[in-house]
Amino acid sequence: MAKRDTIEKLEILADAAKYDASCASSGSVKRNSRATGGIGSTTGSGICHSYAPDGRCISLLKILMTNFCIYDCRYCVNRVSSNVARARFSVDEVVKLTLDFYKRNYIEGLFLSSGIIRNSDYTMEQMVEIARRLRVEHRFGGYIHLKTIPEASPELIEAAGRYADRMSINIELPTDRSIEDYAPEKSGNRIRKAMADVKGHLEAARPSRQDVRRNRKRPPRFAPGGQSTQMIVGADDTDDGAILKTSTTLYSGYKLKRVYYSAFSPIPDASKDLPLIRPPLMREHRLYQADWLLRFYGFERSEIMEGARNGMLDLDVDPKLAWALQRREKFPVDINRADREMLLRVPGLGSRGVDRIIRARRHGALRLGDLGKIVQSVRKIQPFITCTDWQPRGLTDSLHLRAQLAPKPQQLSLF
Amino acid sequence: MIRVSLGSEVDFAGWREAARALASNAIAPSDVNWQIGEGGLFDTLSDPLPPPRGEIRVPRGFVNLARNAVCHRDPQRFSRLYALLFRLQTKADLLANDVDDEVRWLKKVDKEIRRDLHKMHAFVRFRKLGDRGSREVFAAWFEPYHRIEQRTAQFFVDRFTGMDWAIVTPEARIVWEDGQLSFGPGGTRSEVPEEDVIEEQWKSYFQAIFNPARLMPKAMQAEMPKKYWKNLPEAALIPEMIAGAERRAKDMQVAAPTAPTALSKRIAGRGDGIDDLTSRDGLIRALSTCDRCSLHCHATQAVAGDGPLEAAMMIVGEQPGDQEDLDGRPFVGPAGQLLDQAFARVGIQRDAVYLTNAVKHFKFEVRGKRRIHKSPSVSEIEACRWWLDNERGLVRPRLILALGASAARAVMGHSVRIGTARGQEFVLDDKTLVHVTVHPSYLLRLQDRSQKIEEWKLFLSDLERAKQRVSEAAGRPVA
Repeated sequence: MAKRDTIEKLEILADAAKYDASCASSGSVKRNSRATGGIGSTTGSGICHSYAPDGRCISLLKILMTNFCIYDCRYCVNRVSSNVARARFSVDEVVKLTLDFYKRNYIEGLFLSSGIIRNSDYTMEQMVEIARRLRVEHRFGGYIHLKTIPEASPELIEAAGRYADRMSINIELPTDRSIEDYAPEKSGNRIRKAMADVKGHLEAARPSRQDVRRNRKRPPRFAPGGQSTQMIVGADDTDDGAILKTSTTLYSGYKLKRVYYSAFSPIPDASKDLPLIRPPLMREHRLYQADWLLRFYGFERSEIMEGARNGMLDLDVDPKLAWALQRREKFPVDINRADREMLLRVPGLGSRGVDRIIRARRHGALRLGDLGKIVQSVRKIQPFITCTDWQPRGLTDSLHLRAQLAPKPQQLSLF
Repeated sequence: MIRVSLGSEVDFAGWREAARALASNAIAPSDVNWQIGEGGLFDTLSDPLPPPRGEIRVPRGFVNLARNAVCHRDPQRFSRLYALLFRLQTKADLLANDVDDEVRWLKKVDKEIRRDLHKMHAFVRFRKLGDRGSREVFAAWFEPYHRIEQRTAQFFVDRFTGMDWAIVTPEARIVWEDGQLSFGPGGTRSEVPEEDVIEEQWKSYFQAIFNPARLMPKAMQAEMPKKYWKNLPEAALIPEMIAGAERRAKDMQVAAPTAPTALSKRIAGRGDGIDDLTSRDGLIRALSTCDRCSLHCHATQAVAGDGPLEAAMMIVGEQPGDQEDLDGRPFVGPAGQLLDQAFARVGIQRDAVYLTNAVKHFKFEVRGKRRIHKSPSVSEIEACRWWLDNERGLVRPRLILALGASAARAVMGHSVRIGTARGQEFVLDDKTLVHVTVHPSYLLRLQDRSQKIEEWKLFLSDLERAKQRVSEAAGRPVA
C-alpha cells in the first residue's frame, strides 16, 4: 500500500468517525492557559466552530486513530469485512493536527475514537498517549473526548480519565439481542461493565463533602465532563419504548451525561444484512425530545409511552403534546397558580418560559397579552391554559385539537 | 438638562460613573442627555454633573447586562440603561419582570450581544504570519455586528495565551504580543494573509465529516448564517457539497454489497472454548455470559459468589443490589455492611464464609433517576438455581444459611415461609444442613425502633446458632 499523506488519512479517518453523533464540547470544568502559557481553554458551555450542510455542529476534530478493526459489527463502516480504504494515524500526526487546527480556531479540541487493532489494551494505550502528549508536553488546555475501548485495563482507563474531559463508550444497539446479532464480538454486559467502571472512577474523583470541609487534598481528576453513549436507531427493529427503556437504564445505572441517538444512515460498502433506508431523522428527533422530557421535565418513561402507538412515538406531534392529548383531564392549567412541575407539562412551554412565567406573575396576574411577550407561541399553549382573560372552554377537549396543532404535512419532509 | 460626554462608543466605565452620580442625586432620566465625545454648540447650556451622594445599589446581574448592552449598536443604549437604573432604585426586583418593555429590551440586547460574542468566538479564523523567536504569530479578520472587540478580548487571551496574534475588525483591533494585550484602530481585510497551508487540511476535514445522507442545509444556516460565510474558508465548499449530496447518498444505497474481506474470514474462525464448571475460573467465565433468564439484558454483570472454596458455611442472599451490580462483588452495599456488623458481633470472619446470592443478576425498575430493587420472580430463581447448585458443588459447605424467602426457595427447591422455617434445621439430600433467617435488607426497611432492636437481636441469634452448628459438625465428614 502506498504511503498516504495527512490529507488522505484525514479524509478516510474523519469519514469513518462521522457516524458518531456526539460532538459536544460542553460539561467540563472551566480552564484557561494564562497560568501555563500554553494553548487552549474550555468555557463550560462549548462552542460550535462550524456547521456542515447536514446541520450538525463541528466542534471537535472528530477522527479515528485508525479504521483498521478486528471486529465485524454489521452497522459499522469500519467492520473487518468491509472493503473501505484503511489508514492509520501515528501519535505524532494526531497531536500535530489537533494543535494546528486549534491554533487557527477551527475546533474546541479532539474527539478520538479508534478501531480495535491487536487488542483492547494496545489500542487504548495509543489513545491515552495522544492525550498525554497534548496535555503534558504541549500544555494543551482544550477539550478532549476519548472513546473507552471495552475491556481495556483499569490502569489505562484511569490514565485516560486523567487527561480527558469526557469519556464515552457506545452501546450501539438498544437491546442485548440486537448487539449479539449485529455486533457479534460485543456484548451488552461488557459494555455496561465498562460504563460501571467509568462511573466508579468518576465517583472516586468527586471529593466528598467531608473532604472539602476538612480541606483534604483533592482526589486525582477524572473526566470532569462525565461519560456519554450512543445508540443507533433504525438499524434493527427495536421500538421506541424499548429504546427509551435502555436509555433510562443507562442514565440511572451509570449517571451518563447524555445518550445520543443516531438515525442509522446508509454507509459506503454496507453489509447486506442491513436496511439501506433513508435515515429516520424525525424518529431520531422525537427520541431526543422524549429524552429531554425524561431528564428535565419530570416525565417517567411510562407517561411518555401513553402518547405513543404500538411502542412508537408519534412522528407528527412532539411527545409532550402527544401525552397531553391523551391526558386532557389534566388541563387546562392555571398559568397564575400552577406549580412549576405542572407548568412544565404544558405543551409549548419550555423550562425558560416556565421560569419567566413564575418570575413575572409575582408582579401581578398574567393576561394573554403578557404571555405573548414571554413565551414562544401563545397559540400553541392556549388550549391547555387559563389566565386572567382566557378560558379555553371546549377547546381543550375538542376532537380537532390534534389536527390544529400538528404541523402541516409538507413540513415533515426532511430529506 | 445635564449633558454627559462619554469617552467612546463603548465607554462602560464612563457611563457607570456618571450614572452613579445621577442616580444618587435622584436626577430623572428625562433630565439627562447622553453623548459620545465632546459636544458642540449647546455645551454651555448644560448643567454640570453633580458629585455623587453616597452609594447606590443595583441587583446582582444588572451590571453584567449593562456591560453587554453598552456594546450594542442601539443609539439609545446609554439613556435606556440609565432609565432602568433609575427605576431600579425604587423597584429592586424589576429585572424579574419579563413583561416590562424596558426589561425586555435589556434582555433582548444582552442576548444579541451574547450571540454576537459567541459567533465571534466560533468563527474567527486565524492565519499564520510566521514565527517570532519561539512564538508563532497569527492574524485574523472578523466583522462583528456590534462593538464587542473589548468585551471579547479576554476570551482569546485565555485561549491563545502561548502564541502572538491580532484580530482586526473594521472598527478596532485586538493585539496579544509577548503576553501584552492592547487595542488599536480598525483596519482592512488586506492586513491578514490570503491563505494558510493548514486550510487545505481543514477543508478536507469539513468535507469528510459531512454525511450526505442527512442533508439539512436550513439547520446549518440557522446556526451559521450566510453573512459569516465570506470569512470562513470552509464555506466556499458548501454549495458543491449540497449539490452532490443526494447523488452520493443514492450511490451508497444502490451499491451492491461486496464480498467480505479475507481477514474477516480468518478472524471469524477463532472459536470459543467450553468452560469447565468444576473450577472457580470456569464457573465465573461461564456465569459472565449467562442468559438463562432476561435479567442479564439490563444488569451490568452477573455477580458470582465470593469467599474461600473450603468454607464450611455458605451464606445465600437474594440478589445483587445497585452497588453489587456496579462493583461485581456480593454484599458490598448497605445490606452487606449491616451483615458485616452482625458478623463482628457474633465473631464470624467474613473471609471465612462463602457469600453468594440466589439470583446472580440485579433486578430493578427505574424510577426517575434511580434504580429501585425489585424482587426476583419464581422463574428467575429457578433459572438461576443451576448456578447455585454448581457453586454448592464447588464449595461443599457443611451448612447453608439462607437469608430471606428467595434464598430459602433457591436452596430448598420449594417455597418456604420464613416465619415457620426460622429456628428449624433442615438436611438436604447430600447431608448439607440448612438454616433460614431474614435478609438484612428487611432489618434496614423496618421503621419502628423497638421492632428494629428486637429483630436485630433475633438475627444475631440466628447467626450465632448457625456458627455453633458449623463448629459442632466440624468433626463429621463432609458428605
